[in-house]
Amino acid sequence: MDGGLLEPSLYAIKAIAILDNDGNRLLAKYYDDTFPNTKEQKAFEKNLFNKTHRANAEIIMFEGLTCVYKSNVDLFFYVVGSSMENELILSSVLNAFYDSISQILRKNVEKRALLDNLDAVFLAADELCDGGIILEADSNSIVQKVAIRNDDIPLGEQTMAQVLQSAKDQIKWSLLK
Amino acid sequence: MLSLKRDKKEEEEGGGNPFNNLEKSSVLQEARTFNETPINPRKCGHILTKVLYIINQGESIGTTEATEAFFAMTKLFQSKDPILRRLVYLGIKEMSKIAQDVIIVTSSLMKDMTGKEDQFRGPAIRALCSVTDHSMLQSIERYMKQAIVDKVPGVSSAALVSALHLGKGSQEVIKRWVNEAQEAVNSDNVMVQFHALGLLYYIRKTDKLAVNKLVSKFSKHTLKSPYAYCLLIRIASKLIEEEDAGSDSPMFDFIESCLRHKSEMVIYEAAHAIVQLKNTTAKDLAPAVSVLQLFCSSPKPTLRFAAVRTLNKVAIKHPAAVTACNLDLENLITDVNRSIATLAITTLLKTGNESSVDRLMKQISSFMSEISDEFKIVVVQAIRSLCAKFPRKHNVLMTFLAQMLRDEGGFDYKKEIVDCIIVTIEENPEAKEAGLAHLCEFIEDCEHTVLATKILHLLGKEGPRTPTPSKYIRFIYNRVILENAAVRAAAVSAIAKFGAHCEDLLESCIVLLERCQLDTDDEVRDRATFYVNVLKQQQKALSSAFILNGLQVSVVGLERALHQYTLEPNEAEFDMKSVPLATQPLAEQKVRDVPGEAPSARPAQDKVAASRQDVYQEQLAQVPELANLGTLFKSSQPMEVTESETEYYIQCVKHTFSNYIVFQFDCTNTLNDQLLEKVTVEMEPAEGFEVTKYIACQSLPYNKPGTTYTLVRLPAEPTQVTGTFACTLKFLVKDCDPQTGEPDDEGYDDEYVLEDVEVTVADHVQRVMKPNFAASWEEVGPENELEDTYSLSTMSTIEEAIKNIVQYMGLQPCERSDKVPEGKSSHTLYLGGVFRGGHDALVRAKLALDSSGVTMQLTVRSTDPNVSEVLATAVA
Repeated sequence: MDGGLLEPSLYAIKAIAILDNDGNRLLAKYYDDTFPNTKEQKAFEKNLFNKTHRANAEIIMFEGLTCVYKSNVDLFFYVVGSSMENELILSSVLNAFYDSISQILRKNVEKRALLDNLDAVFLAADELCDGGIILEADSNSIVQKVAIRNDDIPLGEQTMAQVLQSAKDQIKWSLLK
Repeated sequence: MLSLKRDKKEEEEGGGNPFNNLEKSSVLQEARTFNETPINPRKCGHILTKVLYIINQGESIGTTEATEAFFAMTKLFQSKDPILRRLVYLGIKEMSKIAQDVIIVTSSLMKDMTGKEDQFRGPAIRALCSVTDHSMLQSIERYMKQAIVDKVPGVSSAALVSALHLGKGSQEVIKRWVNEAQEAVNSDNVMVQFHALGLLYYIRKTDKLAVNKLVSKFSKHTLKSPYAYCLLIRIASKLIEEEDAGSDSPMFDFIESCLRHKSEMVIYEAAHAIVQLKNTTAKDLAPAVSVLQLFCSSPKPTLRFAAVRTLNKVAIKHPAAVTACNLDLENLITDVNRSIATLAITTLLKTGNESSVDRLMKQISSFMSEISDEFKIVVVQAIRSLCAKFPRKHNVLMTFLAQMLRDEGGFDYKKEIVDCIIVTIEENPEAKEAGLAHLCEFIEDCEHTVLATKILHLLGKEGPRTPTPSKYIRFIYNRVILENAAVRAAAVSAIAKFGAHCEDLLESCIVLLERCQLDTDDEVRDRATFYVNVLKQQQKALSSAFILNGLQVSVVGLERALHQYTLEPNEAEFDMKSVPLATQPLAEQKVRDVPGEAPSARPAQDKVAASRQDVYQEQLAQVPELANLGTLFKSSQPMEVTESETEYYIQCVKHTFSNYIVFQFDCTNTLNDQLLEKVTVEMEPAEGFEVTKYIACQSLPYNKPGTTYTLVRLPAEPTQVTGTFACTLKFLVKDCDPQTGEPDDEGYDDEYVLEDVEVTVADHVQRVMKPNFAASWEEVGPENELEDTYSLSTMSTIEEAIKNIVQYMGLQPCERSDKVPEGKSSHTLYLGGVFRGGHDALVRAKLALDSSGVTMQLTVRSTDPNVSEVLATAVA
């Protein structure tokens, strides 16, 4: 923790993850060998979740790493970096991650919607960070690159649930306005 | 109603997760759909997402399975659906490490990379680079160069980032892309700029001059990307560190100018960089500290966390610089994020003054129950340093610690508190009674055996010397009734110590111990029987030797000696004096007076208990000429007999045996064109000493340490122990080729004069800690007592006198008597040790400070008259 300066490098992110409200992994990407195998990764996620799911505190030092996090309904978003890393950089990545997912899910950030759009979520994570390097930190650009076109899906191919969902959304938004 | 309930339950049980119960084999089976024509993009996309999901869950997929799925996936290139294509790229990246023959997709990816669809090009480049190996790099090089300068930002970023990933394997190739990277830095897109700067630095990082130019160029040229600024600040601070430059460097000016940047990220990075620099003064820190102060009141928790964490670091080195922020830090104590609150408090504890301690402690106690053990330990450590800093505040701090002991907490946390209390008791006599009382209360309800025994030991040591020892006995005896065997045994030992030290309690202690003789555990019964019998003798000497001061030998040494004894049955009784003594722990020596290497620099010894001396003993026993000298009594610290920068670098260690001294010379040859042979150190002995043997180091090649020994017999006259030896290094030189190390056949004799080696009184004395000095003093008795008064006119303070006396005599200060309370003009120093041959040696030095210097009345007691004489004259 009290080590010297960080070697100047673009590799800033050690991991990003989305967990559900039981601490189970929905998406997790590890970019270096801090946690070499799945078992250690999952143990880390479980511990991290236990530390963070109650206190909504945004940032925590955990196992010698800096973790920033954000939660909504039943989803927890994490970005993990070295303890020497600039906390604000990590936080900017987390915001980009969360905001882009939120746009993709049309502000409906919860587990169900996330799983329905898992393909787009994978693509967004890929556009956010490549091998530990921040690739894009602007949520609009990410969404644009993912370019998921839900509207183009012909009505026939949408499931009943999707139709209902989009109807509900539209009513909700019109009410909110 | 019932069905509704069931529905709800189903939904809760992962019914909402369509990916929940996926089987690896069935998903891979489904992947065969990819081979069907025409391709149904939605269906295939869904299946591919499932494949990605199971990989993401950490399922391990075998090479054959992966290869099969991979080849099926390549079929999907036929579809033009954008989502599906991009999922294919993801699939390729995920499987590139497990499947075989992944190169097969190169041409498809290259087509996408150079194609018209901008949306595909970036991801295609990144996927391509994940399947490309070093040998293939040449063929895509041209396209990569083009992509780096592409006008579409996504493509350019992808190419730059991929170049960095590739650069880990083959730096040579990407070095040729420097011009393209240079061009890309000028891009309008912030991310392209950031990535290009990263690549440019990576390519040039070994060339300091080029990096210097890079920073000075871009620090003037305004970058757009805050990320690029952060990177540039890191590069600049690394340069400052490497050049060891101070705040006058132009790099520092750049970093400081970043404190006025509009992005918080850059401002914080700059402040953090300034704080981390080594050669900063309080003045350089001031602007950084003031921006951090502003951040402390930010609404963003991350910013507050970052600021207070960095201020905490500043407080370690420059507590004064942070005092300005005290008010802001105090506001953070109540922060909802407990990490921020804890950091704020520990920072305040470092910077605060005595008057603020009470208030702070009150505030901490309000939230101690809410934070995790990890942070509680941080708080305890802060309190520990506070106890040392403000000894007068022990009352508040002790009460607080006691409160924390009572609360819930894990072993590590409790141990930290107990350690903290113990240290405070030892450092601060005023805190002793309160501390012991708190510990007594703690063991009443302590589930950790280790802590209970530790506290009982401490009670046995400190309790008898308090004004009312009797009150501790009740606490200790309660343990005998209620606890497990280990704790009971520790309690029995503690009671015995009270009996031995306080005559008026002797009767009651014996009664208690006699009751313990009925215990169910062997160890407890044995201890009780032993102590009862010793105590009934009512002899001070016995009590001191067997109860109060315990064994002085090294445990590893004793084990070895006893093993040896049982192997060779002997008429003679086992002689305790032949066992090497326990040396004081190295950490303790470091704090005191020993120059030379720090203990941590030494290689880790395989046995924790094996002291340095045990290691030497084994080393010496392997030299046949030195094997029969008996038990090694003492080894000195290594001492340099050459300058460290000279041709030959030599250190000397003196090993004292009962009748001999072995000088061990560790030599290193620092000339790469010489091979030394038959290396010895010739010594001119002082009067009475006699050199009996030289053991040469047969060959000393360049940079490989070798050892030569000189054996010297000690004078027969017991009081003659000191002397100075002139040393000369003698050897045969053979010139050799610096590259191959091949020596010439012919050599010539040469010699090299070394510094003199001195044998002092300290070499004949082993430090031994007497936990109860007064008891030992009585035990040795006044038979061989010598007393003298000296005037130490060169010493101006008592501390200095103590340091010198300890160094000359080589004895161990007992009962913390080497620490002088501030402002006292007289002091008594107690020293304990064992002289060569196993004679106990005790010294009491009464020191008084007057206008002409320090006056000392020295009293020496020993079991041997000669020893008393040697020690009494040591200081003269």
